[in-house]
Amino acid sequence: MLKVENIRKDFPILSRHVNGKPLVYFDNAATSQTPQQVIDAIVDYYSNYNANIHRGVHTLSQEATDKYEAARQTIQNHFNAKHAHEIIFTSGTTHSINLVANGFSALLKKGDEVIVSTLEHHSNIVPWQMLCERTGAILKVIPMNVEGELVMSDYDALLSNKTKLVFVNHISNALGTINPIKEIIDKAHNVGAAVLVDGAQACPHVKTDVQALDVDFYVASAHKMCGPTGVGVLYGKEVWLNKLPPYQGGGEMIAEVTFKKTTYAELPHKFEAGTPNICGGIAFGAAINYMDNIGFDAIASYENELLDYGTQKLLEIEGLKIYGTSKHKTSVISFNLEGIHPYDVGTILDKMGIAVRTGHHCAQPIMDFYKIPGTIRASFAFYNTKTEIDALVEGVKKAKMMLS
Amino acid sequence: MSIQEIQEEIIDEFSMFEDWEERYQYMIDLGKDLPLIDQQYKTENNIIKGCQSKVWVHAEMNADKVEFTADSDAIITKGIIAILIRTFSNQHPKDIIEANTDFIDKIGLKDHLSPTRANGLVSMVKQLKMYAIAYQTQLN
Repeated sequence: MLKVENIRKDFPILSRHVNGKPLVYFDNAATSQTPQQVIDAIVDYYSNYNANIHRGVHTLSQEATDKYEAARQTIQNHFNAKHAHEIIFTSGTTHSINLVANGFSALLKKGDEVIVSTLEHHSNIVPWQMLCERTGAILKVIPMNVEGELVMSDYDALLSNKTKLVFVNHISNALGTINPIKEIIDKAHNVGAAVLVDGAQACPHVKTDVQALDVDFYVASAHKMCGPTGVGVLYGKEVWLNKLPPYQGGGEMIAEVTFKKTTYAELPHKFEAGTPNICGGIAFGAAINYMDNIGFDAIASYENELLDYGTQKLLEIEGLKIYGTSKHKTSVISFNLEGIHPYDVGTILDKMGIAVRTGHHCAQPIMDFYKIPGTIRASFAFYNTKTEIDALVEGVKKAKMMLS
Repeated sequence: MSIQEIQEEIIDEFSMFEDWEERYQYMIDLGKDLPLIDQQYKTENNIIKGCQSKVWVHAEMNADKVEFTADSDAIITKGIIAILIRTFSNQHPKDIIEANTDFIDKIGLKDHLSPTRANGLVSMVKQLKMYAIAYQTQLN
């Protein structure tokens, strides 16, 4: 059982006020908040062993390298990767996706097909469109239904021996739908295609086992799971990471450099050119330790309780419609009030100290599907409470009264 | 009235409100009441796309003065547009070019003109000034 009163004490920001009201933070799907344990790791790094890694012979460099590599192992264990060198540090999910998309430029040819889903964040659409422009590959799209689920029979029909790559998110950022990724991966593998799963929205809710999924690439961001911004991870199967060419050139990623020819470093350094976000990587490790200590089963069961409670309470408001009604979803409620623009509701809620996201959530194809300009999205984390949901419901009622 | 005088008048009006609710209710009412733009000008050409809300702006020159009409799909944005139009419309291009929007800060609506809101208003003010510059060039 998760004790939310104790957990909340770990997050200093949760006790602040916004516009004179206690902060109710429901924008967790954009950025989660940071516990003291992670803040301490950041302070410890800059206070005690800030140094460049991998090259120095001095003590600080050695200590920083040890902690950074320990963080890599923490991430490896968390995602159950087979090898530590299959874990590549990046600046975040977007960087991870671009790294893979860029690598596939060398592997795809005209007429090859790649498949994306309608439920994607723009960051899992645009890099692949750019890849298709570069290579002449064709982009195919898995459609969605009105519940916000992928139409799997259509996916089956899109797959063929021309399919080289499938990229899909684990959980939709705009609607919270949990996609059947195991089925998507297995079916792609049956036709010989590789699969990249965008785990940015899943990583704070689900403990993913990349070996059990047999996924080829899995990407995530630290700031979605209690870590700092500007750091993320690319998991890739060793065989795939060896096939892909390096993304950026620079220091750290080379074995030997002459003006005739440069040979590249082994994994993971081949993909980690330049001085990385060392502190961020170490703090990412601290964040994963923090969440693993609480336990993802406890987190999921508590968040489901919040989701059920929030859904029920919000639906009591007349004229409120929820988008994304799949039975398989995480603690995200995307909604609109009839005849009222989401921007207006978000503005009134902010005046009441309630932080939600409004707009198209970088997922315009979903908004086009529902023919709406955007939604109001409340996303709950394991440190939120039912009392805060009550405050949201009161806030929405007030916004409705003022705006109708 | 000059732009300066209108802005002072608006600051005066807003000083009567005691809290954010009264301020916002007033803005919402402004947004609801005013027919801001002729339907024929609500075109793709006149649209300013914000990430959150859309804004349409149309400009015409009448007797050396620029007349603006505008609209938005979000009502609070529309309320702020009503205030901006009230200050900038029916003014000489030169005065529009030289005017600033500091008064928005003084009436407690500064965040709406911040680029992070992505509501199209920052681009709208730029667009009003661009029209004024274009008309000023014609006059010269």
